[in-house]
Amino acid sequence: MDAAAFHQALQSRFGDAIGPLESGFDPAIRVAPGRIAEVCEHLKKDAASAFDCCSNISGVDYPKRSEIEVVYHLFSYPKRHALVLKVGVPRDNPAMPSVYRVWATAIWQEREVFDLLGVVFAGHPDLRRILLPEDWVGHPLRKDFVEPTEYHGISTKRESML
Amino acid sequence: MSLLNTMPEFTVTTKIDEMLNWTRKSSLWYMLFGLACCAIEMMQTGGPRSDLDRFGAVPRATPRQSDLMIVAGTLTLKMALRTKVLYDQMPDPKYVISMGSCSNCGGLFQLAYSVCDGVDKVIPVDVYVPGCPPRPESLTEGLLKLQEKMMQEKWLVRRGEDEVAAAGA
Repeated sequence: MDAAAFHQALQSRFGDAIGPLESGFDPAIRVAPGRIAEVCEHLKKDAASAFDCCSNISGVDYPKRSEIEVVYHLFSYPKRHALVLKVGVPRDNPAMPSVYRVWATAIWQEREVFDLLGVVFAGHPDLRRILLPEDWVGHPLRKDFVEPTEYHGISTKRESML
Repeated sequence: MSLLNTMPEFTVTTKIDEMLNWTRKSSLWYMLFGLACCAIEMMQTGGPRSDLDRFGAVPRATPRQSDLMIVAGTLTLKMALRTKVLYDQMPDPKYVISMGSCSNCGGLFQLAYSVCDGVDKVIPVDVYVPGCPPRPESLTEGLLKLQEKMMQEKWLVRRGEDEVAAAGA
């Protein structure tokens, strides 16, 4: 099955929750933030799609659209096909459900998206920073992140030797 | 007849400072502190081809047994705090070699939000080895430079005697 077929199948099942199909190198299906867990559950359980592997969860910041996009890359080992899902959440209140009940690997990947972009995944069992230190302020992959001048007394600028 | 002539032939005479420095420089145990790709090059330096062992440098897995810290790789701000702790755990006298561009000044990642721009912002550095990463020859050269530096030290000269005299006067 290709992305267009998945789009059609999902649209007939979930209706409004499925947005338009985005063309590109990896065609992506837009999903409403509230329904993502349901859609993922279906994509995994359904024998025709059988997405047993969540390869990657990442996030992109779009300040102009005032939106953070969370991107899911799914792969099916039995069927040998892949799919991309995109979920847009508002930038000022980025909250959406976690998919960790569908794929346990989402626990770490969602922690990374939370760490770097500040997306809060509701229902996540352990939503802490994963890469940056616990006491870090801000989410550095947001376009408006400003690097602090020092961290625990260590200045973050290198003075020129010249 | 001088005193030297009365000694047996196998006797060696030297200065105490030099002997202490010589023993110290000849058993320079370095802490394994690989942070990034420089660590691969450090392993090569410890390996059979360039063989740091022949200078008495042996890797240790704990700071408590080490005299030398070779900071090999990109130092993140998160790791910088831990580096300070590890350095403080090393017994005196202790030395630091900063290996590669990243630990010298932040290198390629200097402008990144999470990278500490040089290990000398956290701990004092004795020898900087340039390169990205430095070849084993460079690191060996850095170690030899450090040994040269160690041979200059005068541990038996009391420190701060001038200050004491100045305070008394």
